[in-house]
Amino acid sequence: MTLTVDIAVRRDAFALSLQLSLAQGEVVAVLGRNGAGKSTLLSALAGLLRPDEGRIELGGRVLTDAARGVHVPSHLRGVGLLAQDPLLFPHMTVAANVAFGPRSRGVSRREANALVAQWLSDVDAAEFASRRPGQLSGGQAQRVAVARALASEPELLLLDEPFAALDVDAAPALRTMLRRVLRDASRTALLVTHDPLDALVLADRVVVLADGEIVEQGETRSVLSRPRTAFTARIAGLDLVGGVFGPSGLVVDDVVISGHAPEPIADGEAAVAVFAPAAVAVHTEPPGGSPRNVFGAVVGGLEPHGDMIRLRAGRSVDGPSWVDGLAADLTAAAVADLRLEPGTRVWLAVKAAEVALHPVAGGS
Amino acid sequence: MRRSVPVLLWVPAALALALVVLPVIGLVTRSDLGRLPELVTSPAALDALWLSVRTGAAATVLSALLGGPLALVLARGRLPGLRLLRAIVLLPLVLPPVVGGLALLYLLGRNGFGGQVLALFDLRLPFTTAAVIIAQTFVAMPFLVIGLEGALRTAGERYEAVAATLGAAPWTVFRRVTVPLLLPALGSSLVLAFARALGEFGATITFAGNFEGTTQTLPLLVYEQSQADVDAAVAVSLLLVVLAIVVIAVARPRSIEGRL
Repeated sequence: MTLTVDIAVRRDAFALSLQLSLAQGEVVAVLGRNGAGKSTLLSALAGLLRPDEGRIELGGRVLTDAARGVHVPSHLRGVGLLAQDPLLFPHMTVAANVAFGPRSRGVSRREANALVAQWLSDVDAAEFASRRPGQLSGGQAQRVAVARALASEPELLLLDEPFAALDVDAAPALRTMLRRVLRDASRTALLVTHDPLDALVLADRVVVLADGEIVEQGETRSVLSRPRTAFTARIAGLDLVGGVFGPSGLVVDDVVISGHAPEPIADGEAAVAVFAPAAVAVHTEPPGGSPRNVFGAVVGGLEPHGDMIRLRAGRSVDGPSWVDGLAADLTAAAVADLRLEPGTRVWLAVKAAEVALHPVAGGS
Repeated sequence: MRRSVPVLLWVPAALALALVVLPVIGLVTRSDLGRLPELVTSPAALDALWLSVRTGAAATVLSALLGGPLALVLARGRLPGLRLLRAIVLLPLVLPPVVGGLALLYLLGRNGFGGQVLALFDLRLPFTTAAVIIAQTFVAMPFLVIGLEGALRTAGERYEAVAATLGAAPWTVFRRVTVPLLLPALGSSLVLAFARALGEFGATITFAGNFEGTTQTLPLLVYEQSQADVDAAVAVSLLLVVLAIVVIAVARPRSIEGRL
């Protein structure tokens, strides 16, 4: 379902004003810090909050039209919400939780049971059907919450930091599962997150929100890998390089970046290598020996970043072009020792163990 | 982990406990144990006990039917002046029950405007069993409203919001989410309300009078007998103590043991 949003919300010291549209089957990530207006946007879409101005239209239906006083109540919007906390109803079994949406829509008990079985197996939670939410781990509960949200067959699914409350171990599996269920049914979804990795794996497009306004938007990989604003770069906070997954790692042009894949990726699938700027070592001579990823570059710029100095790489005459924009965090002492200044020839080295390889949305 | 309580606080704590327990023991020592069975099974005592249980139960049900929705409106409503409304609901808690009884009498009595309306339908409330129930509801309902409203606020609206995004209409949300989540708090609030109704004296005697069989509940019987036959009064008082202990033991609401 196509979604078009053009709203303004004003609260005491806060204002949100944005236009956004999603095509049928598109997954868009809204990135931003706390207080950027992400939750306000979701609340307005879910009908939990009335915007002061503007319209929200979903699949040709007007959900909100402030000027005409139209405000369709939450339960008639066809907008599902998956929040940070699973919020499974504690007094119902897992199966009853998943059946809640269909039953509320008037689906018969038998049909609802069939839906429950189907959705629970889709999220690999079939064995929990008769359990109580209190008996599930955080990751299991969130999987059930995904099944519950999808079983109500929303035309638009809102994902509000769905992995933020999970263990580091549980998040990747859930992310992969969510990617699968969103792709399979070509769901229209809006994902709110502060983690660029969520956006990379799930979203076709990102919208960067700051102080209630869109500061940047575009195709996920290009926005995150070549942030046009310093703000986006800070949000992204990660180095990422896009390519195609191959037997020995990520193939970018004719270079192979080796790393580890938390979730299996098929050969030939579009993927990204993600690493932290702090994991990048900077050398002024080609480093020898150890099995590292080494890319030739030049110093593009140096800027303070907390206690560290962030180096932005630029393309060297004979090096790969995609190093442009990569960040490396160094101590001030290291910058002085290496006598780095813009234009200095450098070699960037990253250990394979520090590089994570992820499949990306929209690539396959 | 248990934290140790400063020794200094043990003294007032022990005094507080003594203040609660010793009078009950005093009651027991003062009682004439030989005549006890005979006194608590006297027709007047049994009538009063039966009336107390019936009216207390009715007042509790009425409190739940009216006070539950009121708690929901106070906790979830977005009306202007809700704070004032909340304060007014607490009025019966701070008002001496006798004053409440008088107020009820002048509203629903023969000359009150409520009473005149009722008279049109040939109904007369004061000095009837119905008046006992209304008086008890008047004093007991705030306990239920406060208990439920607190629980509703603590629980927040997140489950309800999720239920709505799953397509549940407001009545479905209320029936399948709000009420079930509220059950523990409802249980303890009902016990508190019932206990308060059971002990109700001032409002009952002013609004409903003291007629054996129709309006003479246990507390009223104790009061009456304390003027004439102290042994009987003590015996009936012990009956009330036992009843109170039974209510607490049977219901044993978690909120009374824990949070409240």
